[in-house]
Amino acid sequence: MRDRLIFIGQLGFTLFVAAFLVVPVILSLSAGVTVNYFRGISSGVTLQWVLQVWDLYAGEILLSFIIALATLAVTLIVGVPAAYALHVRGGKLSRVIEEIITLPLAIPGLAIALALLITYGGFGSFRRSWAFILTGHVIFTMPFMVRSVMAVFGSIDIKTLDEGAASLGASPWRRFCNVIVPNAMPGILAGSLMVVTLSLGEFNLTWMLHTPLTKTLPVGLADAYASMRLEVASAYTLIFFVMIVPLLVAMQMFADEGHKR
Amino acid sequence: MNPIAGHGAAVHIENCGKTFPDGTQALAPASLDIVSGETLVLLGPSGCGKTTMLRIIAGLEQPDAGGCVLFDSNDMTHVPIEQRNVGMVFQSYALFPNMTVADNIGYGLKIRGVDARARAARVAEMVALTNIGGLENRRIDQLSGGQRQRVALARAVAIRPRVLLLDEPLTALDASLRDRLRGELNRLLRSLGITAIYVTHDQAEAMELGDRIVVMRKGAIAQIGTPREVYFKPQSRFVAEFVGAANIVEGPVVEGHLMLPGGRLALAPTADVPKAVAMIRPETIGIVGQGDSPLRGTIDSVSFIGDKQRIVVTGASDRPLAIYAPNTIVAGIGNHVGLSIAPEAIRLLPRED
Repeated sequence: MRDRLIFIGQLGFTLFVAAFLVVPVILSLSAGVTVNYFRGISSGVTLQWVLQVWDLYAGEILLSFIIALATLAVTLIVGVPAAYALHVRGGKLSRVIEEIITLPLAIPGLAIALALLITYGGFGSFRRSWAFILTGHVIFTMPFMVRSVMAVFGSIDIKTLDEGAASLGASPWRRFCNVIVPNAMPGILAGSLMVVTLSLGEFNLTWMLHTPLTKTLPVGLADAYASMRLEVASAYTLIFFVMIVPLLVAMQMFADEGHKR
Repeated sequence: MNPIAGHGAAVHIENCGKTFPDGTQALAPASLDIVSGETLVLLGPSGCGKTTMLRIIAGLEQPDAGGCVLFDSNDMTHVPIEQRNVGMVFQSYALFPNMTVADNIGYGLKIRGVDARARAARVAEMVALTNIGGLENRRIDQLSGGQRQRVALARAVAIRPRVLLLDEPLTALDASLRDRLRGELNRLLRSLGITAIYVTHDQAEAMELGDRIVVMRKGAIAQIGTPREVYFKPQSRFVAEFVGAANIVEGPVVEGHLMLPGGRLALAPTADVPKAVAMIRPETIGIVGQGDSPLRGTIDSVSFIGDKQRIVVTGASDRPLAIYAPNTIVAGIGNHVGLSIAPEAIRLLPRED
């Protein structure tokens, strides 16, 4: 009897906390498909706001994905070999470099953006292109890629595997392709999903770096909140949610996969 | 030339030392000659430089300036490991988790551009040689420790290496498996006739596998010799005590006899020194009746180990003497006994003070 009461109490508390967090999400999402939010859901359900957002912001949404994929490409091409080099080389210098790569985690995005603006603001065409935002995103997401790949390297003794492949005659490049990358795959996948998700959702850096022609999804969202009907802004949230949730689920699945192995 | 293993190179190492960037000297400049087809064991405690020596031969470390590594008469000093054609078995095996057993064994051949059919034939040959039939399509994490060890060996031999390098290949296994695989490895190395360099800290492994043993200590070579030479004729106290069990006794020498607290020991006629340090192996000491035995002591403890008894006798020398006696004799603690030691069993060591 007493156990049962404790159980019901715990369940109630858990449900309350969950509701506290989930209800705002549901309200926000439902507002996006409500005809008139102030009259409530009884005013009817509509997709007009969603379509309106799509008409207004399709460009931003597309650009967000382009930047996210470009960020992923850069972090893969630079980050994976960098993680490999840092791990195999070891020593004090490697640790210092690793710290420097990790630094953007601790520095506010606004400060990074400011530094980029001060340094490269004068290069007009670079400043005006989305490559400028890409630069910010790469700086911001690189530690996540490098760290998650290095974590895998740390757990599988990659140095000895590399030496084993070398003893069998494999050149550094073949070792990297045949042994290093396949065995680092769980870390590379986890890092990739993290990079894409972070890049898609990144706001404060991007907000500082964007121009009217290089807006991303979250910047458009802020725009919509500031200047549009609440229903439009909420519809925007809905679109954002639909795009980001599958990525988060995939990330979780890969993480589980990694634990099972 | 052996059809399965190919030709084993003679390895010549000259003046190879290794100093790490922080200034510690892992290996004092050393020279070694390894005959084609020979199994040479580098034996020593951890930190003695044996692995560094192996890694220099492999090409995983560069010797300090002045060092030189030759395979047959080819200078390999600046050739990276991937071009040296060495087979290497690592302590942790370094098998690729992303490949099956067969892919692991065939990897070196694939790198060499051997076509799929010839590769499959060679892999099958290696599988048969190392007795791992039926495991070809397993993933590495589905193998036991002993199976991994065999796969690692098969992978290293598959490329017909000029030199086979083994870095403590049995250390990660439990004792009974280690003994069995040691025997298998011994037969395999003999039948392949391959040049092999084997690193271990286990003297029993070194004895069984080595044609010659290089005993190392603190980054330097302490002694090189056949297992028998190293065991019976150690040139230093360190070698005597590291290779097998040893009793070290010391005392003045009077008229060809070593004077000990419990009596005296006749030395071989060649010895002519005022004072001596000597090594006596426990199995060379016989327990006899007190009678007129020139050396006597008191039995302090008796441990029955199955195939023999370990008897400790005090009073004969400054330190207690360990004796391996047959498991049939009856020895009581506290008994006064005489000890018989043949002069040839007493090995004089250089004094180290």
